[in-house]
Amino acid sequence: MSSIAVKKGFGAILWEYLTTVDHKKIAHLYLMGGGFFFLVGGLEALLIRIQLLKPQNTFLSEQTFNEMFTMHGTTMIFLAAMPLLFAFMNAVVPLQIGARDVAFPFLNSLGFWLFFFGGVFLNLSWIFGSVPDAGWTSYATLSLASPGHGIDFYTLGLQISGFGTLISGINFLVTIINMRAPGMTFMRMPLFTWTTFIASTLILFAFPPLTVGIFFLMFDRLFGANFFDVAMGGNAVIWEHVFWIFGHPEVYILVLPAFGIFSEIIPTFSRKRLFGYSSMVFATVLIGFLGFMVWAHHMFTTGLGNVANAIFAVATMAIAVPTGIKIFNWLLTMWGGSIKISVPMLWSLGFIPTFVMGGVTGVMQGIAPLDYQLHDTYFIVAHFHYVILGGVVFAILAGLHFYWPKMWGTMLSEKIGYFTFVFFFIGFHLTFFIQHFLGLFGMPRRVATYLPGQGLELGNLISSIGAFMMAVGAISLVYNIIITVVKNKKVGNDPWGDGRTIEWAIPSPPPFYNFKQTPLVRGLDTYWIEKTEGKKELTPAEPLSDIHMPNNSFVPVVISFGLFVAAFGAMYNPLNQVGDGKSWALPMLIIGLLITFGSMLFRSIKDDHGYHIHKEDLMDDEGGESK
Amino acid sequence: MKKWRLMTLLFLMALVLAGCGKPYLSTLQPAGEVAGKQLDLLIFSSLIMLFVIIVVVIVYVLVLVRFRRKKVGEDFIPKQVEGSHKLEVIWTVIPIILVLILSVPTILYTFEFGNVKGMEKVDQNGDKEALVVNVRANLYWWEFEYPDLGIVTSQDLVVPTDEKVYFNLISSDVKHSFWIPSIGGKMDTNTENTNTFYLEFDQSKADAAGNLFFGKCAELCGPSHAYMDFKVKAVSRDEFNQWATAMQNSTEEPTPTSDVALRGQELFQENNCFSCHATTANDERPAAARTAPNLADFGNRTKVAGILDHTKEDLKNWIQHPGEYKPGNKMYDENDFTEEELDALAEYLMGLKVQE
Repeated sequence: MSSIAVKKGFGAILWEYLTTVDHKKIAHLYLMGGGFFFLVGGLEALLIRIQLLKPQNTFLSEQTFNEMFTMHGTTMIFLAAMPLLFAFMNAVVPLQIGARDVAFPFLNSLGFWLFFFGGVFLNLSWIFGSVPDAGWTSYATLSLASPGHGIDFYTLGLQISGFGTLISGINFLVTIINMRAPGMTFMRMPLFTWTTFIASTLILFAFPPLTVGIFFLMFDRLFGANFFDVAMGGNAVIWEHVFWIFGHPEVYILVLPAFGIFSEIIPTFSRKRLFGYSSMVFATVLIGFLGFMVWAHHMFTTGLGNVANAIFAVATMAIAVPTGIKIFNWLLTMWGGSIKISVPMLWSLGFIPTFVMGGVTGVMQGIAPLDYQLHDTYFIVAHFHYVILGGVVFAILAGLHFYWPKMWGTMLSEKIGYFTFVFFFIGFHLTFFIQHFLGLFGMPRRVATYLPGQGLELGNLISSIGAFMMAVGAISLVYNIIITVVKNKKVGNDPWGDGRTIEWAIPSPPPFYNFKQTPLVRGLDTYWIEKTEGKKELTPAEPLSDIHMPNNSFVPVVISFGLFVAAFGAMYNPLNQVGDGKSWALPMLIIGLLITFGSMLFRSIKDDHGYHIHKEDLMDDEGGESK
Repeated sequence: MKKWRLMTLLFLMALVLAGCGKPYLSTLQPAGEVAGKQLDLLIFSSLIMLFVIIVVVIVYVLVLVRFRRKKVGEDFIPKQVEGSHKLEVIWTVIPIILVLILSVPTILYTFEFGNVKGMEKVDQNGDKEALVVNVRANLYWWEFEYPDLGIVTSQDLVVPTDEKVYFNLISSDVKHSFWIPSIGGKMDTNTENTNTFYLEFDQSKADAAGNLFFGKCAELCGPSHAYMDFKVKAVSRDEFNQWATAMQNSTEEPTPTSDVALRGQELFQENNCFSCHATTANDERPAAARTAPNLADFGNRTKVAGILDHTKEDLKNWIQHPGEYKPGNKMYDENDFTEEELDALAEYLMGLKVQE
């Protein structure tokens, strides 16, 4: 366990990643896994837009189209956006609070592998030929009526990856509460850490309802239960409630960390502290709280009654207030600053008007009697892409360029970065702006095609052209990543020159133990304070001493793999609704669960005390390359 | 950023070219009271939102013009401002006021659109004053039952103009959503409960749109979700009464007028079509037994299966392979009628008319 960098073979690197419990390596895994699914989801989006290029197109069959947008939505939300945000949380949050790792490194690894196996299971549906086809919302009447095993891939896959998300959320909560360096009070935490903290709280409260809902659906389809079967006294509207009690906070689980990333980038490239820090924190908390109070605005046309609709309408519009506070705080952060338009800053500048646009259409949909017209049309499709693409994906792309040096020690090309931005940004607005009008012209969402003569041709054509431009942007980004990796030109601690928070004070990438000595935090923007006093390093809070580190472990992979095996057993069990039960299914379910619980038991009874890095080794180590 | 603005301009030009959609489909060309008020809400909220956007854009542009590093100098270290209570109060209070302003019409219209008390009102004779239509959504067709008139029809909804028409909405299989964009916002058809709302159809606008509006299913319901259209014939009260009387009087289907049609009738019975499809409007079977569209007055329909042109050729194609037009439909995917049989069936079905 020496900390000296050695050139390793491919096998050794692979084994390192399979067993790692280091938050920085797990960030790499999340980035690669999420990035892969992002490309898959993007490809699905492109196929959707090709199908809708012209009326009565036959590029995709109706059934395949339904599968395509179901998988696009599910993949993008659960397997791309969330993992990519987890990548940044993992890479940055422990560094920002001056910690050597997250509170539970083992669970961190387990969270990733559960997500990974859940995602793989869901996408295996393409190979098995029965794909989820009831939309990412999977409303119960339709999902129960769906033939084949498509919906079972959805329930089982999301169940597995949902455990991973919940575990990761709890891990970040505990980490942020317990692992802050001396002096890092709550009101000195960088905004990205704050938003991670609130988003993790939302995960804690929002994912259990999803788990329960999916559990019901799974039992209805696989084990003959009748939770949502109206003929047997079930109730399908309950699914809508349960799904959206999760689904609406989910939007904030995604967008709050995105806000956090922008709240780091904008001060850095304006050389100015975040304007109204405490009101930003307050607004984050308030958005998180209100996020749980508005789920029924997804159900205004379900027939909940006038009183419910009116209350949820006003509550929904109220969220505009804290969000508006944030927008103006960002603008005023730049006001009087010294703005450098780097690639991350460009994405942030693109984000502000885009997100305002998505926000105002959100308020319009909050007006329940108006939403009767807008609901389930392309207006909604436009709105949530403005929010989720314009907010979350822009943040992910901004964060990717911003944190790339901290994660990998190299810089993405600025030139290609501008190219990516121009194509993706213009393509985005071309694709989605017109969709507001398609919706108003009377185009429902989730239609596999449309008939000519309804005034929908031109808008759809423009929208599809935009999608191709976004694809060009995405390809240029992939190219950028490849050439950056090939060139492998290393950069220093603070490559942007204006880093403000702790992570920029240590090498890029940081050594595997992060900090030789835990830093002392003397205020908000810790590193900026040190720099203004002419120092190059953080003030240490402790003398140099041995560091206790956890051992790598392969157990998380095995635990997750067990559930993956069990899921196949559950799907083909003799009671399943499709009626193609297999005799090997029940043994397989039991074996899978035995693998999972057996490896948990193994982990519990095996003493693993980790190891120590000795003081002497630390003194020799200059850092730079993580082990 | 400049390119983006140029693009916005192009969008707007494209929009002008496209107009505001089609008068029989677009929510921007309302043809009824409900859609009209919803358009008012759209415009009102858009104006408020436009104000917000303008404020943001002004600050945004000023910031970008004045505080670029090129402008302020490479070595300039800005003052590290903590915040400003005054400003923060301003941009908290103004949005709260805007939200409060928006809340007023929101609440008023929610209760107005949700007011279905008129449904139950009766005149001195105990007859319902308003027209009530029971809408039943099915994979992938719509049934319209007029309970007080004893009429069952499908696919073409016939309604009188310039009065409130009340709807009871339910679904018999999976969840659908009932939407006539140019007349008013949608309402879901759930499987477990009946939803109610009302719409009003404007005579002058109906004339302009050719008395025919497009209705859509707005909730994903399966592969043929996109084809689950229906049509709305909005006619004057007099015309509606004539139609209703004709439907009520046609207790037996019209006698086929030619040998070909007669052969069609035989085929219709031989193939057991009638066990699902009723051919008269006085279908007294319970809803659960009415598993296929009622075909009374089929000859006067505007479309075949809600989407195809109302011609014999299209009808024959539909009867032979409905699976091509509506995959997942509950009739069958393919049939093997001969050309002669198809002609006969089409002739017979097109002859099902209660009035000329």
